[in-house]
Amino acid sequence: MSGAELGLALSVFLACTVEAVEALTIVLAVGSTRSWSSAIGGVGAAILALAVIVAALGPAITSLPIDVLRVVVGGLLLIFGLQWLRKAILRAGGLKAKHDESRIYQEEASAARGAGAKSSGFDGYAFTISFKGVLLEGLEVAFIVLTFGANQHRVALAAAAAGLAIVVVIAAGAAARAPLARVPENSLKFAVGVMLISFGMFWGAEGAGASWPGGDAALLAIVPGVLIVAIAMSKTVARASNSGPTVPGVPMTTDAAERARVRA
Amino acid sequence: MTRVQGFLLAVWEFVVGDDWRTAIGVALALALTALVAAVGISAWWVMPLAVLALLALSIRRAARGA
Repeated sequence: MSGAELGLALSVFLACTVEAVEALTIVLAVGSTRSWSSAIGGVGAAILALAVIVAALGPAITSLPIDVLRVVVGGLLLIFGLQWLRKAILRAGGLKAKHDESRIYQEEASAARGAGAKSSGFDGYAFTISFKGVLLEGLEVAFIVLTFGANQHRVALAAAAAGLAIVVVIAAGAAARAPLARVPENSLKFAVGVMLISFGMFWGAEGAGASWPGGDAALLAIVPGVLIVAIAMSKTVARASNSGPTVPGVPMTTDAAERARVRA
Repeated sequence: MTRVQGFLLAVWEFVVGDDWRTAIGVALALALTALVAAVGISAWWVMPLAVLALLALSIRRAARGA
């Protein structure tokens, strides 16, 4: 396995782990308070929908000319990566609330209890919430699988890395029988943001006609370089946050809006 | 809002997210890279500088609540 392929597999695995942990929390909440069979049915339907999306878009993306593919994929990975890393830096710096899976679980469970009476058979609420939760969390992973995989013509490897992450998270969730609150989500998002930006920058520039010094080996400098910059920015944000006057009156934001998207 | 409008809005939110300026910046940086490469000058340095600036500006905007 080449370095680029290892980077592909690692990026997809980490991204999928983060999203799977978040989806697991939602499924656990509605499954335990409403109906396990309906919640699991929603998970199955969402995974099927994601597989159809990957199967439909994969060949279309891989048929693009390589330079066009690299510019498009590089640009999209950069846009995604900059969002992931910005949020991770703000969380590391204390300007954004970190994910708390236990709190999110309690919120989801409370909403599920207040969503009306449970039916004895199929529970539409549990199915819908599970379906939407897994689909929304999974779309980003599907996107990363497609873009990373298509650019290196290794969609199968990317899909396998995503599948492995799902299996690991489900196994951990089944063993813990609780939300995976101890998974260092912010650190994982930080790492994924660094990888998305590094590969996005590399492929985007190549597709636009630039040649990196050293070719593929340039990634060995790009990834650590982006990591160092990101850590430096986190420390700067943390210092500014602690000193106060630099960012006056900045409230700590939460992911409530993101959660609200998932709710029916 | 029609279903088509809703779909397009969802795609926009999924791809561009909550910071459209960064998305525009990425597109401009790629265009500048292509332009510099087209005139025969080494262009690999454009993207690292652009990404550094875009990330710093995005964090600054978020920290100020803009």
